[in-house]
Amino acid sequence: MRAILRIAARIGRRAGPPNFPYPKRPGENLTISPSSIVEKAADATARATPVSVARRVRGLSDRAIAWLFIAPAITLLLAINIFPLLWAVYLSFTNYRANRPNAPVQGVGLGNYQRVLNDPDIWQAMQTTAHFVFWTIVLQTVIGFTLAYLIDRKFRGHAFWTTIILIPMMLSPAVVGNFWRFLYEPQIGLFAYAVSMVSGIPTSDIQMLGNVSLAPWAIIIVDTWMWTPYVMLICLAGLRSIPDYIYEAAEVDRASPWRQFWSITVPMALPFIMLAVLFRGIENFKMFDMVTLLTGGGPGSVTEVASITLKRAAFESWATGRASAFAIILFVAVFGLANIYVKALNKVKQR
Amino acid sequence: MSAANSAHSVVEPSLSSKRIAGTIVVIYALITLIPLVWIFLTSIKSPPDSISYPPKIVFTPSLEGYCNLFTTRTRQTPDYIASLPAPVGACDEVTRRRNMVIAGPSNFVPRFVNSLVIAFGSTFLAVFLGTLAAYGFSRFKVPLADDLLFFILSTRMMPPIAVAIPIYLMYRELGLSDTALGMILLYTAVNVSLAVWLLKGFIDEIPREYEEAAMIDGYTRLQAFRKVVLPQATTGIAATAIFCLIFAWNEYAFAALLTSGEAQTAPPFIPTIIGEGGQDWPAVAAGTTIFLIPILVFTILLRKQLLRGITFGAVRK
Repeated sequence: MRAILRIAARIGRRAGPPNFPYPKRPGENLTISPSSIVEKAADATARATPVSVARRVRGLSDRAIAWLFIAPAITLLLAINIFPLLWAVYLSFTNYRANRPNAPVQGVGLGNYQRVLNDPDIWQAMQTTAHFVFWTIVLQTVIGFTLAYLIDRKFRGHAFWTTIILIPMMLSPAVVGNFWRFLYEPQIGLFAYAVSMVSGIPTSDIQMLGNVSLAPWAIIIVDTWMWTPYVMLICLAGLRSIPDYIYEAAEVDRASPWRQFWSITVPMALPFIMLAVLFRGIENFKMFDMVTLLTGGGPGSVTEVASITLKRAAFESWATGRASAFAIILFVAVFGLANIYVKALNKVKQR
Repeated sequence: MSAANSAHSVVEPSLSSKRIAGTIVVIYALITLIPLVWIFLTSIKSPPDSISYPPKIVFTPSLEGYCNLFTTRTRQTPDYIASLPAPVGACDEVTRRRNMVIAGPSNFVPRFVNSLVIAFGSTFLAVFLGTLAAYGFSRFKVPLADDLLFFILSTRMMPPIAVAIPIYLMYRELGLSDTALGMILLYTAVNVSLAVWLLKGFIDEIPREYEEAAMIDGYTRLQAFRKVVLPQATTGIAATAIFCLIFAWNEYAFAALLTSGEAQTAPPFIPTIIGEGGQDWPAVAAGTTIFLIPILVFTILLRKQLLRGITFGAVRK
């Protein structure tokens, strides 16, 4: 019995209250465990520095210091993120072309947006992106969660192997994606060689980057190789946040392991899985570097994800106005989808 | 009651399930390492070995990849090469065996230095600004704090190419195109959001009582920040710095669009290393190996803080 308590205490210490990075609005309960509500309340009372202390503080007022500290970061973000974004909004209503800076700029109203939304190539790119985002998320969630579940068995050396598994996600997607081109070579590449050894298909038929039906999977495989550890790490935190007494209670009630898995493990880890899916979804919606270096959007345009179409419109066709309109549409789409998703995430957490 | 070895212990998985889990995880880990091992092996292969079929696992190591990475070479007639004085160093020798002579250094070192300057410069600025802002958000009642924090986070959601269009125009006007300063400012802006979110979490964990005690002892707020909070936050600041460094080091989209020569970093440069008749894979692998090693070291140093860093502080272990 003491051993159980000891392990429970150890795990309990490891799993702090999760804290999600979204603004808390009144009436919305964003906390996962009841204990963190208490902490929030304690935190709120602690926030106000006691008057007796404040009176004795010399130097700048707290208000002045607060703005002095926050202003530089906000200014930089305004200058390098928000100002350009507003500029892009302005450009999206004009026919400006960056390669002809001296040509007269005319307003075209909503013309650019109309053209973008009626462009079949752009819808094709959105479909390619959706295919890529969907399958990378499915594969990474399934493999990542399975790995986390297995690592949570705490076999000997699990910490070491977890670190090893994490390595790919820290590397540069561009530099590593570039090298995957070599691994995918049909004749000399290791990937084709290994697949043909296992399956018996001749290596010349495994044209991962040249075949129209294989290329979309080539980018999915590399992304899954790189980012499964990311999902795994977040799922692992989720599994470790489940207190042992719940499993103990289930055991007392003679719930089968299968039942325990589906009615304790999965629902309690779900907010974490959903958070991982959110981060991966946003990242892969923006995907540019790895795909550019691996396939450049080809063969033809079967792997041309939205960011590559955008780059071509902006920096190859120099249709700056139209590209800006597309950029704004993409940004609104990510932002809108992320917001809807966060609402769903909060609902799950409230349960 | 000793529950440690009991088969019915809930919290402690059975020995056989541990063994199966361990085996599967180790197999997965080894498979995911193959591409990385292959990068290293390719870097020490000679060009003919690197493109042999079937792929060679046993081969004589060669320095040619590293030589080709650091030099540019020109083809010469055997007669001319025979007339040259004896080769100096291993690279000279390897090059001459391929009927070539070293013409000069390649662009790899300057590009690598650019990467270092831009990554460290932007990390320093982002962590500096981020620490100040995080302290502000953590300790003071800032009006609309939640909205400001969400705004800071949302700047990360923009596709880089969407930001790159106006940045490209803005930098062209300001003369910041293809300069290290321009890239440092850009990466600082991208990283500041991560730095604020992570550091706010770390500073929130430092009890306010420490500063209050210091202030009662006569410190001003700024002194208390410098002498009490900063030393307490060292681990958090170091972890944040490494995350910023890794982002700036790995970044490709902005670097490829906004730099072309002078300020080009290593990620857009490495894929352009070509030899005769296509990509010089041993040289590319050599560049990739040198480029990846610092990240490998950092990943191992960071492993305890990794979860926090990749989720913007949303999940803490």
